[in-house]
Amino acid sequence: MRPFAVILSTVAVCAACAADPVAPDAVPARSSFDPALIAKGAQLAAIGNCQACHTAEGGRSFAGGRPIETPFGTFYGTNITPDPDTGIGRWSEQAFVRALREGVDRDGRHLYPAFPYEYYTRLTDEDIHALYAYIATREPVRAQNRPHELRAPFNLRGLLGTWKALYFERGAFRPDAVRDAQWNRGAYLVNGLGHCGACHTPRGVLGAEKKDQAFSGGVAEGWHGPALNTRSPAPVPWTAEQLFKYLRTGLDDTHAIAAGPMEPVVRNLARAPEEDVRAMAAYLEALAGPPSAERRKKADVALAQAKAASRANGRGAEVYAGTCAACHDRGREAGSGGALPLALGTAMTIPTSSNLLRITLEGIAPPEGEPGRSMPGFADALTDGQVKDLAGYIRSEFGRAAAWTDVDEELKKIREERR
Amino acid sequence: MISLDVNGKTQELDADPATPLLYVLRDHLQLNGAKFGCGLGQCGACTVLVDGRAVFSCVTPISTLAGRRITTLEGLGTPEKPGRVQRAFIAEQAAQCGYCIPGMIMQAQALLERTPHPTGAEIRKHMSGNLCRCGTHMRILRAVERAARET
Repeated sequence: MRPFAVILSTVAVCAACAADPVAPDAVPARSSFDPALIAKGAQLAAIGNCQACHTAEGGRSFAGGRPIETPFGTFYGTNITPDPDTGIGRWSEQAFVRALREGVDRDGRHLYPAFPYEYYTRLTDEDIHALYAYIATREPVRAQNRPHELRAPFNLRGLLGTWKALYFERGAFRPDAVRDAQWNRGAYLVNGLGHCGACHTPRGVLGAEKKDQAFSGGVAEGWHGPALNTRSPAPVPWTAEQLFKYLRTGLDDTHAIAAGPMEPVVRNLARAPEEDVRAMAAYLEALAGPPSAERRKKADVALAQAKAASRANGRGAEVYAGTCAACHDRGREAGSGGALPLALGTAMTIPTSSNLLRITLEGIAPPEGEPGRSMPGFADALTDGQVKDLAGYIRSEFGRAAAWTDVDEELKKIREERR
Repeated sequence: MISLDVNGKTQELDADPATPLLYVLRDHLQLNGAKFGCGLGQCGACTVLVDGRAVFSCVTPISTLAGRRITTLEGLGTPEKPGRVQRAFIAEQAAQCGYCIPGMIMQAQALLERTPHPTGAEIRKHMSGNLCRCGTHMRILRAVERAARET
């Protein structure tokens, strides 16, 4: 080979390299892991919501293939089953640890932060060890990874080195000695494995989280992840008890149902240890802080409105009366058809119409074959004009806020996705 | 007065605009194919087509339907001359008590109009909003597959 070609190919190979490869090593046999360790790993994987991104709809668990839409293009969840050729069956624990802590795969290539190693870097050795035991003992599935479809220049993996130098902070979780053990456990889970900020913290143009605005509301797959801090748009301030119930079941009497990308999160947290979910709830309650007097007053107004039956007139109110009121005017307690009075909802209080439009058009449905919360979608029942009238009505009547300006644009986007 | 296009016929109706389509079909037009199940859009027994798409008529007010094409079970065929999906459901004997079947047929019709040759997974996903308490789902799936074959 000519020297020039050698240099070129070396550059090509190393452009995306971050570190040396870790030697391939077959994952240890199931018998080498303590069953209790595997069980602990299963619970941790549930808190990490690993399955949601690494499993395609209707596909085998952890075999990858699920599309994840982002402003940079579409990522495809990778196969993390222990298949030696297409999964991570040749990853030693050392390689696994490095991926979680440093965002580098076994071959030494940078991983995209769609895999939230910014959070996983905070995990303890013991937790990573348990996760490895769980993942290494899943059924191997032969499924080739689908290449990500990213816009230039984000498709150049080598640029991730620069991105990481700018934004990635490596390091273990540091407990706060002033706080109690439950708060610290919650902080560790929310800011580590749970990676809640990935969807609930706003990001800059290069996809890095704005750390000074942590938990101020973010985006996830076309949905708005509402603020979890003092800016929480929930009409009724969350208590730890309500957060616990919501995180376990997706339902709470005075708050909106889990929908969109939050749906698999609560499905997974139902399988996590109760005390861990309670710790997350306690941390999140503290994050929002005690509600101000003004916030309490607003909550009282919302709760009173939820009981009242007064309705404005107009086209939007008419659509509401015919399509929504049968369930939403009953309230949650009435039975399986009862739904949240919209005065207590969140989707109509946030800065964008995206969540309300998605729920209206697509409904809320558990994955096929699983029980769960359900609302029919109205994409085929309502025309665009009716959806706009309805959204305008719900925003002013129940969101108690100025009209959205993004309804046309969001509606067009969602209709196009559905085509 | 509200004017509705039902099974190709224009119907003039004197009803509250918020009235669910299902009530108008059954009580005003004597089209009793669509059934009242839950009244909440959760069971699918009331499914009809609007502009070729399946909707739950129990949660669709007639005020939203002006100028749109409504098709009910009666619009697919008659007892003497059943439509393709109806024939397939009869051939597979997909009904036990039969209450959910009109909704199932309409949901299947909507699927086949857009996807003439659906996969098994597509059929299951599309039909998942329609419930059958007798448990004849396997026959219902076979009926949809048969209807797809007989295009």
